[in-house]
Amino acid sequence: MRVNVTVNGEQRQADDVWEGESLLFVLRERLGLPGSKNACEQGECGSCTVYLDDVPVCACLVAAGQVQDREVRTVEGLADGDRLDPVQEAFVEAGAVQCGFCTPGLVVAAHDLLERVPQPSDPEIREALAGNLCRCTGYEKILDAVRLAAARR
Amino acid sequence: MSLTPAELSSSVAGGIGASPQRPDGNLKVRGEFAYASDLWHEDMIWGSTLRSPHPYARIVSIDLTEALKVPGVHAVLTHQDVPGSNLYGLEHKDQPVLAVDVVRYQGEAVALVGADHPETATRAMKRIKVEYEVLEPVVDMETAADDTPLHPGGNLVRHVPIRRGDQSPTADVVVSGRYEVGMQDQAFLGPESGLAVPAEDGGVDLYIATQWLHVDQGQVASALGMPLDKVRLTLSGVGGAFGGREDLSMQVHACMLALHTRKPVKMVYNREESFYGHVHRHPAVLHYEHGATRDGKLVYVKARIFLDGGAYASSTGAVVANAATLGVGPYEVDNVTIDCYGLYTNNPPCGAMRGFGAVQAGFAYESQMDKLAEKLGLDPVDVRIANAMTEGSVMPTGQVVDSAAPVAQLLKLVKDKPLPPVSTTLDLRSMPGGVSNTTHGEGVVRGIGYAVGIKNVCFSEGYDDYSTARVRVQVIGGELVALAHTAACEVGQGLVTIMQQIVRTELGVQRVTILPMDTSIGNGGSTSASRQTYVTGGAVKAACAAVRDKLTKLAGGRELSEVDLADLVGDDVIDETVEWRHRATEPLDPETGQGNAHVQYGFAAHRAVVDVDVELGLVKVVELDCAQDVGNALNPQAVLGQIQGGSAQGLGLAVMEEIQTVGGKVRNPSFTDYLIPTVLDMPPMSIDVLELADPNAPYGVRGVGEPPTISSTPAVVAAIRAATGLALTRVPVRPEHITQT
Repeated sequence: MRVNVTVNGEQRQADDVWEGESLLFVLRERLGLPGSKNACEQGECGSCTVYLDDVPVCACLVAAGQVQDREVRTVEGLADGDRLDPVQEAFVEAGAVQCGFCTPGLVVAAHDLLERVPQPSDPEIREALAGNLCRCTGYEKILDAVRLAAARR
Repeated sequence: MSLTPAELSSSVAGGIGASPQRPDGNLKVRGEFAYASDLWHEDMIWGSTLRSPHPYARIVSIDLTEALKVPGVHAVLTHQDVPGSNLYGLEHKDQPVLAVDVVRYQGEAVALVGADHPETATRAMKRIKVEYEVLEPVVDMETAADDTPLHPGGNLVRHVPIRRGDQSPTADVVVSGRYEVGMQDQAFLGPESGLAVPAEDGGVDLYIATQWLHVDQGQVASALGMPLDKVRLTLSGVGGAFGGREDLSMQVHACMLALHTRKPVKMVYNREESFYGHVHRHPAVLHYEHGATRDGKLVYVKARIFLDGGAYASSTGAVVANAATLGVGPYEVDNVTIDCYGLYTNNPPCGAMRGFGAVQAGFAYESQMDKLAEKLGLDPVDVRIANAMTEGSVMPTGQVVDSAAPVAQLLKLVKDKPLPPVSTTLDLRSMPGGVSNTTHGEGVVRGIGYAVGIKNVCFSEGYDDYSTARVRVQVIGGELVALAHTAACEVGQGLVTIMQQIVRTELGVQRVTILPMDTSIGNGGSTSASRQTYVTGGAVKAACAAVRDKLTKLAGGRELSEVDLADLVGDDVIDETVEWRHRATEPLDPETGQGNAHVQYGFAAHRAVVDVDVELGLVKVVELDCAQDVGNALNPQAVLGQIQGGSAQGLGLAVMEEIQTVGGKVRNPSFTDYLIPTVLDMPPMSIDVLELADPNAPYGVRGVGEPPTISSTPAVVAAIRAATGLALTRVPVRPEHITQT
């Protein structure tokens, strides 16, 4: 099938999509946007978190056909050219990035949190990121990064 | 602009001791860093692996006919298509690339499919007919040695005995116990992946996520029946490792498909396949007996340790040596009798995971120290301090600990930290069970526990452990710039940052480019055993020194600090490659386990504070504090990241992480059923970092990555014991262990 979707503000078209493919597969393998990650592909790890019409979702749990004529924003769409989004900047500075495989999902989840709650408390940050697994950092520096990004708003 | 070394030593930013940003950080937060699973090649096809559903079975027949008929399938391969040796392995070549006539674990690779779409490959795999004759699996590590032999030499992979001092000691007080450690998974987030591209010279280029390029290269070349120079590996982005990428996964398979089809082949495991596709932490059964005086001084330790290596040896031999030699922990004990066994079974193969044998022993010996303290009515920290090793202490192997061993100091540091307050507000988010609303505080009991651990750093037992580094300086656009090249794998820990820092400090060059890691340069050794900052860091430092020697010659007698380096180098290119080794170690005596087998020891201590809902068996770790000696924190931010991440993995083993097997079959190969700590499970940490330089190591560094994984687990369990009064001899501690239902 053919899928038409707006991705990071650009109208995109994917052809020969098999009906069983996920949004994640289409983004990664058909649209050249591998930033959203494939760590579990069953909605447990949050590494593929993207905005679908401004709501964060696990791209692995969205069927490709469901995004027809809708808007997707991925981690690749957060920076303004060379200028990182403040959340991205804070992740690098705070040391919240080690292997970085969880990072795209966490950056999108943290971005969404700060859009909704500009000055979150620690328990609010923890709750908002509870769907994103990280195996390297023990989360401490991820919390630091979100606090830093919030403080700079 | 160019700077002189004198100016640079004080003014160049981002040298050692600083925490400059990672060179790959921006790419990673932008989603533009190319991990192995992100690779793409024009005209590439997808490879997938048919695996055994049985833990132990004879293969009667394999019929590929129907699979080959599926449109879009390019190849279906079996062991008959392995061009070279079908056997590989890190220590013993005992594992088939593809099964021949028997499968020894559930998930063993049997056949490969190459197809135009992953779904096509899946459909074709379902059409491969494999007839199995199912056999009774060997699953009990304690009896495996006398059970059906799974390999020609029987089921004992390795026995390491340690005999030191009096072998028939007596003591005033004796405590004994049997402890169990479940099978933990590395659970790195980036799945096993790679891209194999057939080359015009008949060889293959493999872009791969691994921990050790050269050991992969050797094994792949052997399986393909090719000389080393025809098998070229380049590291692609690695999404975590923790030991799980030391062994081969899809490396040979992708290359076979690529060479067979003459097309680039991408393979990416999904999470379920990843659980079958790499080795795990050895489950263990540990029998311990500690004898002590009435005032708590250890007189002797006796232990029998069993480690389940599963179907293939992987690095079981080295894990056995670690559990044995580190088996009494960071304590002075004059009389030691340890027998440690690694066994073959039909359980999933086990090998390296962060902590590598020291984790299993650590849970048992620290549980014993608590038991001893309880029996004597002493404080658990006091008992540990009374027996704590120091610099100059003698290990059970006879090896003298010849650099800092601040065991007592680390324990005091965690003990003296202020305790977190008991929550007085009713916030469900701070309760065991969280927003599941399982308690409002009723039935919740607080407990505090302590533990300390010891880990060897670098490769041991006489292994020729080295790394190769190349450093080049030249002037580009009027600026002196440096380039560093190694084959040492960046897996997320930040080696690329450390390399830049070392070059900046040694050469005073601000701009340092790290070349992609590949096999065009000599061996960088394994990214494991907490060794890369020590060994590859040492190699980069030595290569910089070689570059400096060349610069000094160019300067013709002038001090380097007095010349403009960019002018000095001019149009020249200075390019030096150095192989660097740490001091040699010795094998263990096979009868007594005596010998200077280890290079360096690392130590960490933890204090855990937990709240336990004793009615439901739910645990909330309230705080997990750590003190660790790192010798010299070359990058303080990265050091803390290692301690935090390592502690989290230890917490996971304490209360949630286990690959559960029944009759050799894995019951929970998914992140739905194999739980790792989330941000809700991981408490705040207060961390003290000591920097007691090791005079034998470059910059005095001490390996950082593993020690925190060792003491975290027993500290959390000790805290749960303190809250519940239960013995809790098995990790992970499950709710039913607490409720005893």
